Amino acid sequence: MSTLTSLARAVAVAAGTAQRTCTVRHVHVGARPLVFVPLALAGEAGAPLAAMAGADPQAPTLLVVAEPRDRDQRFAFAADLAAVVLRYVEGYLAAEEDTPGREQATRYADAPQLLVPNPAGIAFTRLLGRSTRFRRTEGPYAVPASVPLLGRWLTFFAERAESPASSLMLAATDMLAAHWATGQSPVEDLNLGALLGWIDPPPGMSGAQAAAMAEDPVRCPPAGPATDPTFDNEVLDQRMLAVRTARLAGDGRAYERARAALAEALATQLRPTWALMWRAVALLRGLPGGEHVRARWDADKDAFTWHARHVAAGGPPQPRRDGAVAAARRLAGLERVQEMVAAQRAFDDPLVMAEHRLAGEAFAGTVTAAEPDRVDRGGPRAVLRPRITVETGDEPRADRGATFTSPARPGQQARIVAVTAAGGRTRIVLELRGGMGRSLTPQPGSVPAVGESVSYAAFGDGYQPAPAFPAPEDTPWTHGGPPAPYVPSDEEAREDWS
Amino acid sequence: MNGTEARLARIRGRALAKTHNARTIAALASNPGCARRAVMDAAGVDKPRIAAYAGFPAPFGQSRFALARGNAFEAQVKANGAAELLTLLREHLGLPIPQAHYDDLGEVGGNPSLDLRHARTKALLARAAASRGDAGTMFDHPLLRLQVGGRYAFLEPDLIAFQLHGRFHVVEIKSFAVIDGQADGDKVAAAAIQSAVYVLALRDALAEQHIPAEAVSHETILVCPKDFSSRPAAAAIDVRKQLTVLRRQLSRIARIDDLLDLLPAGLTFDLDPDGEGVPRRSPADLAAAIRQVDAAYVPECLSTCEMCYFCREEARGCTAALGRAAREELGGVEHVATVLRLAGAAGTPGAPGGTVASGTAGTPDAPDLAEAAELLRRAARLRAEALHTDAPRAGTPGREAG
Repeated sequence: MSTLTSLARAVAVAAGTAQRTCTVRHVHVGARPLVFVPLALAGEAGAPLAAMAGADPQAPTLLVVAEPRDRDQRFAFAADLAAVVLRYVEGYLAAEEDTPGREQATRYADAPQLLVPNPAGIAFTRLLGRSTRFRRTEGPYAVPASVPLLGRWLTFFAERAESPASSLMLAATDMLAAHWATGQSPVEDLNLGALLGWIDPPPGMSGAQAAAMAEDPVRCPPAGPATDPTFDNEVLDQRMLAVRTARLAGDGRAYERARAALAEALATQLRPTWALMWRAVALLRGLPGGEHVRARWDADKDAFTWHARHVAAGGPPQPRRDGAVAAARRLAGLERVQEMVAAQRAFDDPLVMAEHRLAGEAFAGTVTAAEPDRVDRGGPRAVLRPRITVETGDEPRADRGATFTSPARPGQQARIVAVTAAGGRTRIVLELRGGMGRSLTPQPGSVPAVGESVSYAAFGDGYQPAPAFPAPEDTPWTHGGPPAPYVPSDEEAREDWS
Repeated sequence: MNGTEARLARIRGRALAKTHNARTIAALASNPGCARRAVMDAAGVDKPRIAAYAGFPAPFGQSRFALARGNAFEAQVKANGAAELLTLLREHLGLPIPQAHYDDLGEVGGNPSLDLRHARTKALLARAAASRGDAGTMFDHPLLRLQVGGRYAFLEPDLIAFQLHGRFHVVEIKSFAVIDGQADGDKVAAAAIQSAVYVLALRDALAEQHIPAEAVSHETILVCPKDFSSRPAAAAIDVRKQLTVLRRQLSRIARIDDLLDLLPAGLTFDLDPDGEGVPRRSPADLAAAIRQVDAAYVPECLSTCEMCYFCREEARGCTAALGRAAREELGGVEHVATVLRLAGAAGTPGAPGGTVASGTAGTPDAPDLAEAAELLRRAARLRAEALHTDAPRAGTPGREAG
């Protein structure tokens, strides 16, 4: 959020439709994402009730749990979901590509992508992963091998979803709200139907009207995982009761009928969201991809490859909680990635850069003077240090000696030499280094020419190297000492799920 | 009945006064600046009914599955003289086992009257506080009361545990899960403020017997299901901050006269029921009465107040309806139309001048309009510039894999 996006919200109110806050798409949208719309039973912790899942908009798989409080039925649901998710993930384990100069010589050529309606859908996926990944395939409470494997993959996706750089798992409301400003509040933007109503209202309707319609749970059932309480009380309860009664009576035909009726009732709650999800995908595909999106997706492919090979090599499932070193590393990684993504978004997108310009962290203007061949002979060795003068209407916080970077020449550093007021505008003299070749004359085009429009930011788009952390076995005593090595326990495998 | 009470009774009309419970008292703290909510709550107005009658039914419902799960968990924890709970409390409070009484205050000699139960609760709590014995006691279904806006609200904490070192602990039983030591932050926050309401009420009850406030611990015990099971786990929650917020809010409501003074004398939310109880008042007339009392709508109301849809409709066109952050970022300017006018309609794509200037032009708005205007003009200029120039490094669809 910034003044610029808030202004876009105000414009959206007046215009009646959502306004763009980005000129390009800042997330990767795969050619064949897996859409997953889960529903949970109210009041229970991570009790699946139903789900629609699949990579083909025309052919979703509907999964239903007739009695969510029954442990066996929950695991049967997990096995059914595993059939869909694992087959989809395994589809990406065929083609590999070379990664020259990297530690791992190859990685998978593409990666799976899991899309859910909202952040609560990600939280539910994490819980479902947590409740299934420690299960055993033999001994008491044995489950099919696919169940713990599903748990490990769901956990992998949910953990990647924490990183702002990753597109492996995304919530549709997050993606849309990051690219459009609606005429409502961020709280209301969590409703996928209302959000899409603002962005893409049906013909003859304003965004505000479409959003109001989407708030009616009868016309537009909630996008889950929480169901509409009225649906629970007036439909779901009776249909579940009918299934239970038929099962207890031992009436096979009545049982099948009751199950079909329950499945149909749940499908009515899921189908509208399923359609909304694919509309969201189509809308995002309509935006051109930002320049850095591909590099970030490459990192996602690396993460996917690493995890797939870890699983294939018989590595253990993700622990319940990170150890001290792993937690510190993860936190530091998230902070670095957050800064990196914020900078890359600005470099890819003039509308995002405008937010930084308004905040004084960047400026844009025209080159009014240039000394491309200026050489600094003050040091032991003559070096090429061209200077340019940029005139801007922005009001950057530019101190002498500060280093700026231009999206057009990210490999070049620009140090501020002088800042002077010129009428209502500001004249900034920059000294350039790097990105101009090795000789004392710059390569053509490497120094901005007089008349060129340029922009400079107080941050670069580079990835900062990770700070050094001790190995887990060297965890200092202040942090609990080295963690006990992970040993799968019977207790975890037998844990209640009721 | 004093003047204030008579006034509040007139506002409520012939409907029965809604009594507060811990949840509604806790909700008072969520939007303290709202006069509409303060007046309605002080008068005991049935907000869901009023909102629905005015055409804006509240979006809240509770699933019977959630209710059933909550009741089942509480019953399980309290079964057999709260055996499971006792084990947990022993770990957390050092309650000496097996010396623990279990007193059910659900009724007094077969009489469930609220006043009787409250009197008995007070007597038993005082006796426990004065006793020199070495037994811990758990009070189930105690009945406390708290003064809210001049009237008493009866409150039923899930349980109060008393331990011989002279301290009472409020125990709150909730059915949301704690998974690997972590629970939903919003739910924990809601439970904490509800527990704080009980702490306050318990301290009030003991103060009447000249027992100091420290006798009630500011650490409450939250009991929740552990992981994916229905086995209980307990955690201590420090509610000192919530106590401060609540006290401030309750003292504000106690000064309800200040708010009432600003309202027309004849104001009422009475639905004018006929002999059968069918309302005769026109919804538009009721809505007009509601609008007499100022609201302070923010989007967070959507999850806490039954009047939210009514107030949201009323707040259309206000920056507050876009969220607290948006309002601040727009320089504190109150109306969207003013924002757009200040930003300069010409530079604002999608908002032609006609739309912008209509409505509230000229409204006395934010305190420092000049500063806001400068910010908004620059924002609008930057936005227009970015939308109309070609992206310098924007990839084309073909350049990025997705």
